[in-house]
Amino acid sequence: MEQSFFKSIAEKARQSPAIAARLAADHRVVRARVVARGLMQSTADKIRQLPPLAVDLARHRQLAEARALVLALAAPVVQAARQPPETVLRLLRDPKVVFAGGFIALLIVLALGAPLIAPKDPLAQNLILATVPPAGFADAEAGFWLGTDGLGRDVLSRVIYGSRVSLTVAFVAAGLACAIGSLLGLLAGFLRGWVDAVISRLVEIWMAFPPVLLSILLVAVLGTGLHSVIAAIVVIDWTRFCRVVRTEAMAQGQMDYVVAARTVGFSRPAILFREIFPNVMPVLIALLTLEMGIAVVVEAILSFVGLSVSSDTPTWGGMIAEGRQIVHEAWWVLAVPLAALFATVVAFNQLGDGLARSLDPVLRR
Amino acid sequence: MSAPRLAIDALSAISSRDGNKPILRRVSLAVGVGEVHGVVGESGAGKSTIAKAILGIIPSQVKITGGSVGFEGQNLLSISAQALRSLLGRDIALVPQDPSTALNPSRRIDAQITDGLRLKRGLSAREARRRAHALLEEVQIRDSERVLKCYPHQLSGGMRQRVLIAAAFGLEPKLVIADEPTTALDVTVQKQILRLIRLLQERHGTSVLFVSHDLGVVAKICDRLTVLYMGKVMEQGTTEEVLNRPRHTYTQALLAANPRYDRPDTGLEPTPPEVIAALRAEIAAFDAAAAGAGNG
Repeated sequence: MEQSFFKSIAEKARQSPAIAARLAADHRVVRARVVARGLMQSTADKIRQLPPLAVDLARHRQLAEARALVLALAAPVVQAARQPPETVLRLLRDPKVVFAGGFIALLIVLALGAPLIAPKDPLAQNLILATVPPAGFADAEAGFWLGTDGLGRDVLSRVIYGSRVSLTVAFVAAGLACAIGSLLGLLAGFLRGWVDAVISRLVEIWMAFPPVLLSILLVAVLGTGLHSVIAAIVVIDWTRFCRVVRTEAMAQGQMDYVVAARTVGFSRPAILFREIFPNVMPVLIALLTLEMGIAVVVEAILSFVGLSVSSDTPTWGGMIAEGRQIVHEAWWVLAVPLAALFATVVAFNQLGDGLARSLDPVLRR
Repeated sequence: MSAPRLAIDALSAISSRDGNKPILRRVSLAVGVGEVHGVVGESGAGKSTIAKAILGIIPSQVKITGGSVGFEGQNLLSISAQALRSLLGRDIALVPQDPSTALNPSRRIDAQITDGLRLKRGLSAREARRRAHALLEEVQIRDSERVLKCYPHQLSGGMRQRVLIAAAFGLEPKLVIADEPTTALDVTVQKQILRLIRLLQERHGTSVLFVSHDLGVVAKICDRLTVLYMGKVMEQGTTEEVLNRPRHTYTQALLAANPRYDRPDTGLEPTPPEVIAALRAEIAAFDAAAAGAGNG
């Protein structure tokens, strides 16, 4: 299996420069090549940074393998750049994907570019300008578009900075939970037998723990901080992926085309990754985006009770907690982060729905 | 006749779900090199179980209780899973029954055809793709470029079956198992598919085990026939012999049950109860003899 895997990578590697050459005229291909070269460069750099002895050993075989791997990884990028079409176009036709995806893309830009985009320092206090209402209301101050909180900090800037924590948690925690849960789920659903029995019992026992208690316990043991929040979400929510993927893999395993693949003498890993996994993908993507929404909410809850990152980092949950205390004097301090949280979760859910629909080759007829 | 390519000898199987009911009763049959051998019988006769036993995909409730499946001097029932895996696809291939479910719905045709070529024949991606083109042309798909880029649901049933036939013959196997390959197709398409299988089989000298319940279909394509009833071989011989001069009462009943479109007024006569009783008695006698031999 490994041998054929490496062989196929090597083949891809041998192929892709030829493909790229043929397509050098296409600017998208050129861009993809630049990306690939960058990846190769950074791999080479990493290898160069190893201790001298290791470098000597690595120079030949591993370098070649790493290059082959990078090229293999870049091949689909080149491929996608060559024919962006169909799938991408179909995605762009789905309003759910366009609006929800657009909103999340905007959020990502805001989070990445927070220092450049945020109009004010999110931590700068000014007690003279405390609880200034948003622009357009009486007593509004110029420059504070969404008003200030009880300590005179700019709400807009804090919401923008708060998106960093939310999105980090959404992508990292949901991604890890998805990777762990779906791998175990695939194994359980495909291999059945004792593997399934062990994994399924584990999931059942796991799910018997109250999740909120478990997460608070975890944060208490690990200490507060972003890592702990992510760990808590992964530890609790991998079961969600595991159960769904297991059922799906089991259903797919019964299908005729899987039996047909067995009659061609494919190995079990080949069947798992070529036949079953692509058919689990639509469900997995839907679940992943859903989980991102859940992760955002969980982070907000943990921030709300003060178990997330330290209080000098703005978070939506933390802002909601602060806003709650002064909601009668300054409703916007509560309303703005709440709206951001709400819109983000809705966007993730809608995106998942749209992606699942557009990516399923059978549904999308 | 030279040594057969596939030699099934006294193959017996029971279904543990139905109280160990026998589903194959000492079935023996041989498929010669370049021969199309039909296995006919009504549903439940054990036709598909034979195909599954060869391919190593018998369902868990079915137990093989005896006999052997000889292929090129090896017993497929006793070789390791890995040895069987290396034979499958390369030397033995399947044309499945239902083309609408036998292709992976979320992968394009090119990926599904080239998979086998790359994994089992070690072709490079480019070679495999070129070969896939040639294969589709061989199964008379003219716009192979478009078909290769399609997902299965974008193709008609006949087209999918052609793709599956291309994939099966593409690895140049020595033996192709065709498990009711035309049952799920329109009658008009059936004919083309049969002709295609025959054409490819003759061109490559492939042996074919053709499982079907349709006497009209096997009459068109098979050289030799095995008639199966309740897992027991009732009659064996050349297609000509079996269909024109059936010796066994079951074969006669089976032929009588075939609708005759040229004489619509005769209608469909149910098989006479005394024939069924006689067949049941024959099976019971066989089982008793087998049990006696087992005990003695």
